[in-house]
Formats: sequence, C-alpha cells, structure tokens
Amino acid sequence: MAQTATADERVRQVGILRRWLTRPELAAVAGAILVFAFFAIVAGDSGFLTLGGTASYLEVAAQLGVVTVPVSLLMIAGEFDLSVGSMVGAAGMLIALGVTQFGWPLWLSIAAAIVFAALVGLFNGYVVIKTRLHSFIVTLGMLFALRGLTIGFTRLITSRTQIGGLDSATHGSPLRPIFAGTVGGFPVSIIWWLVLAAIGTWVLQRTVFGNWTFGAGGDPDAARNVGVPVDRVKMTLFVCTAVSAALLAAIQVLAAGSADVLRGENLELQAIAASVIGGVLLTGGYGSVVGALFGALIFGMVQQGIFFTGVNTDWFLVFVGVMLLVAVLFNNYIRKRASEAR
Amino acid sequence: MIEDSAERGSFSRRDFLKAGGVGIAGAAILGAAGCGGSQQGSSSKSNGKQGLVSRGDIHIEFISHGPASDPFWSVVINGINQAEKDLGVSVKYRAPDTYSVPQIQQNFDSAIASNPSGIAATVADVSAFGPKVKKAVSKGIPVVMLNAGLDAWQKLGALNYVGQTEYQAGVEAGKKMAQSGVKSALVINHQQGVVTLDQRFEGFKKGIGGNARQIAVNGNDPTAVRNGVKTALKQNPGVDGLLTLGPQGALPTLQALKGNNRIKFATFDLAPEILRAVRDGRMLFAIDQQQFLQGYLPVAFLTTYVQYLLHPIGVVPTGPAFVTKDNAQKVISLSKEGIR
Repeated sequence: MAQTATADERVRQVGILRRWLTRPELAAVAGAILVFAFFAIVAGDSGFLTLGGTASYLEVAAQLGVVTVPVSLLMIAGEFDLSVGSMVGAAGMLIALGVTQFGWPLWLSIAAAIVFAALVGLFNGYVVIKTRLHSFIVTLGMLFALRGLTIGFTRLITSRTQIGGLDSATHGSPLRPIFAGTVGGFPVSIIWWLVLAAIGTWVLQRTVFGNWTFGAGGDPDAARNVGVPVDRVKMTLFVCTAVSAALLAAIQVLAAGSADVLRGENLELQAIAASVIGGVLLTGGYGSVVGALFGALIFGMVQQGIFFTGVNTDWFLVFVGVMLLVAVLFNNYIRKRASEAR
Repeated sequence: MIEDSAERGSFSRRDFLKAGGVGIAGAAILGAAGCGGSQQGSSSKSNGKQGLVSRGDIHIEFISHGPASDPFWSVVINGINQAEKDLGVSVKYRAPDTYSVPQIQQNFDSAIASNPSGIAATVADVSAFGPKVKKAVSKGIPVVMLNAGLDAWQKLGALNYVGQTEYQAGVEAGKKMAQSGVKSALVINHQQGVVTLDQRFEGFKKGIGGNARQIAVNGNDPTAVRNGVKTALKQNPGVDGLLTLGPQGALPTLQALKGNNRIKFATFDLAPEILRAVRDGRMLFAIDQQQFLQGYLPVAFLTTYVQYLLHPIGVVPTGPAFVTKDNAQKVISLSKEGIR
C-alpha cells in the first residue's frame, strides 16, 4: 500500500485527492468527524465543545490509544494480543503493591512492572513462534492466567482485591507529573498518546522495520524468502504491546490513586476495535497507526459523549455498539468508493 | 429461651413455631442434653460446657455462591476463619470460581454426603438450591441461611437467616441522605446488570422520596468513571447528592468531586480511602453490611445449635450499618485487615 512520490516511469501518476482517498486511515478520520459532528449537534450546547469537555473525551481516548498504537502494529504484522487488558490489571497491581506494601520507590515499582510486562511479551511471542499456535489462542490463555495470578497474589499479600492510598504514598514524586500530570489543562496521557502514535507512524512508514511489519502480516512466507526476520518483528511487537499496557497501568494507577484486580477488563477488545475502525485489517498486512489513533478517538468521543447527551445510560452499550458499527460501515464504504475510483 | 426438637427433620420449623415456639418435648430434650453433656466431658479442646457433642467433632459445610476473588466474599471468608479459630470447630468453604448453578448444586450434594454437623448456605436461586436445602433438612442436618434467600428460609426449614436486604439498605441510605438535606440525587452504577446493585438503587430511590437518577459507568476504567461523573454533574446542575453503589465507583468519584463542596456524597461498601474520606468530611457516610458477620455468625449459630440446641429465631440483620465521621477512624485499620 505504500505509495511513493518519486517520479518513476514504473509508478503510475496518481492525483493527490485520489491518493489521499485510498489511504487506510481516511475512513477513520471521516468517521471521527462524523461522530464529532453528531455530538456537536446533539450535545454542543451542554459542554461537549468546551475545553473541559474536550479534555474529558481526549483523556479516555488517549488511555486507550496508548495501547492501541502497538496493538495496531502487531495486527498489521498478522498477530493479536488479547492479554493487554489483563496486563494493565497485573502491572497496575504490581506498581500499587510495590509502592504501598513493599515500600519500593515509585520508579522501581514502575520499572519492575515494565520489566515484568516485557518478559510476558517475550513469552507470548516465543510461544507463538515456537509452537506455531495462533496468537489468538496463546494470548487468550495469557489473558486468563495473568488475571488469575493478579487476583491470587493480591489476595495472598493483602487479603483484599483493591489497593488504594497511592496518592499519599507517591506525593511529591517527580515521576508523578510524567504519568499523571497536566499540560496546559490537558492530561499528560494525551501527549504520551500523540508521541507514541507519531513514533509508530514513523516506524511503519519510514523505516525498514515498518516494511518488515507489512511483509510479516501480508505474506510471511514470501517475506521470509526475501530475508525479512518475521519472527523477530513479531517478537518485538509482542514486547511492545505488553510494555504499552504497563505504561497505561502506570498512567492509570497514578491518575486514579488506586489499583484493583479487574482493571483493564475488555481493553483488549476495545484496542482491537479501535484498530479495525482505523482501517487495520483483521487478517493483517494492511493498516495505519494514524487510523488507529482516530479509532481510539472515536471510542473516547462515543464513550464520554453519551454523558453530554443526557441519554439514559441503560442504553449506553447499544449506543457504543451502533456507533462503532456505523463507523466501520462508513469506513468500508469510503474504502470501496476509493478503490473503485482508482 | 429457644428450643427445637432433636427430631428436627420430621417437621418444619415453621410448624414448630406455630405450635407455640417452646415445645415441651424440646425442653425435655434440652434438659437431657445438658445432663448428658456434662457426663461426656472428654475433649479438653472445647470451650465452655460440652453439650451434646464436643466442638472438636463439629464439622460445618459452608456453601456459597461467592468466589474468593470478590472483595466482598473475601471478607466473609475472613469471618469464617475467625469463627473457626474462636470456636474450635472445622468449616469447609465451597464456592465456584464464577457463578454456576450446576456447580453449586453439586457442592450441596457433596456437602450433604459428607454428613456434616451443619450447613451454612447462601440460596441465591431459590428454585435451584431450595430443594437441596430441603434435602439436607430432611436428612436431619441443621441449615443456617445467609446473604441470599431471605424470602425462602422459613419455607425451606432453615434455622434462621443472617444478612442484609439490599433494598432495605438502599431505603435507609436514601432516608439518611434526605435527612442531610439532599433534594435531588445521582446514583453511579459501576457494574450495570448486577441485580443487587439495582435493588440498592430502587431502595435508595424510595428512601429519598423518588428524586434519584441512575447513571451507568464502566467500573473497570477509573478515568472513564471520573470524567463521566464530572460530565454528568455538569449536565445535572440541580443535583446536590451523589451515591455510588461500590468502591469501584466511589474512588474515581472522589477525584471527580475534588474542590466541589456543594455535593453530598455517600457510598455502599468500604475501602480504606473511602473511610479516610468519611473521616475527613469529604463523604457523608459509607454503608457497611458487615459481611464479616455473615461468615462468623452462621458458624457460631450452628455450633451452639449442634452443641446445645440453641439458636436465634428469625432474621439476624447484619446491615445496613453506617460508617460516619464519628466512627470512621476506628474502622480504617480493620478495613485494611479485611474485616470491614
């Protein structure tokens, strides 16, 4: 899908508009505009358009987006990671236990969580590559096992399933503003999200590793034949998804001041959904990080937007489901139109 | 003074109560038991009088629908363990990892088959587990019901019932909030679809006089809860009271309310941060159903029944108890230990 702008007689000249229309993220951008317009019209006079309202949905989108960036890259490389949600719970609990129970400094607790996540990511990747089992199954197993370990160990150590008191325990720590501070009234997690998305886009579009990622997901055998280290690419991306979950855990635990054993439930599905809305194919080999960024944005807007509409929240999930379906249908429609027009 | 027949399986407790509560036969048997007990006196392990059996021989089966991973049930189990230690009896806790009717039915069957001295049971589904309780009773095993099955315990022939009705707890919470001057309240439901949470809300709505609205949030995402509550408050400027239905909703809500002294805030269930907030006046009250007692008391009641044929009649409510500014400080350390 990578289009180059160099003048080469082998490459057909494509108009700027058409080139733009065939980009994978286009539909997600259009979908985001659609969703934004919907809430601006329905709930514009009730605070959705204010600075506070914008920060409210951007923060929710950012937290999902931090994980969605590597998840979308991994999906482009042809694999799933269903264990990211459980990883958020496990890493968050590790940070909370470290600070409040073991008396570790905050940096050590976060470092421990990141190292733990990296090891879990390595394990996921190793099992997938060595056994040739589908990553869906391997990481599904990890989803259950990690959640169970989190519940078991937390109960064993504290005889509770929820730990709080992080606000007072980490008060004045220089790491706090990095994960849970604000910049110009906006939560710092938004910056994490945008920076990660920028790095992800650069890697995918401008580096060899990005080409390898497309190759690994598109046709792994062909890619191997031309010398792409498919296993190494996948392994690296499994580590990235797990570490991003630990990063989100640090952001969330410090922002919320507490951790509980069920944190992050269903996050894996939201990250996959956001990637798909963003134009990533479930089968791999196609997609973009910018699309995933807008996918997460749509999710955040829908999730928080409903509070602005004042609709009875009994219908909340219906609303989320329909909005997502509409976004993806719209996504497909645009893509089809664009490819027909070629 | 309360007695019951030794042939407890042959007729239901309700009939017995109708017959006057104090059966002459029961009194006679109890008297005989007292004598018999003093003659046995073999075990030195048991505390107090020996009674019909020694406490070391008492084996109680605790059949529950609550998984140990749940913060609520982990406190119940801590209560059971304490009772076991205090009374010198042995208790086996049986519960499925996730709610499963067939598995709980099997737990009943194997518990009954183990021929226990008594059974403590939560009857979360009367039509599924009621027949099992009846079976145990008809085999002569005394049963104490707790936590769930309030409407059925007499019909099933259980000795008594220990617990709180969620609806009633909600009513009390609503009244208390109305007393503090709240006119219009918002209720934050962190886990939509859980029956007990809906019962709490319905009760609260009645208690406060109808002016309450429920908002559902995703309790597993604290950021979404915090921002959702903030937005909902902006949307409903007339609201002056907030109730969360559990700690998962309460902790992010505390953050959402930072710097907002106008809103009166209360919650169901305890956590150390909630207690600190109550102590510091950031929260009005926290509703405690004292579930430690739901583990402790059934074991104690079955022990005194098996030993002396003594047990309280009727429903023993464990809640709602209110934690307020006055008593929050004392409860904080207990909450950390998993007792409150």
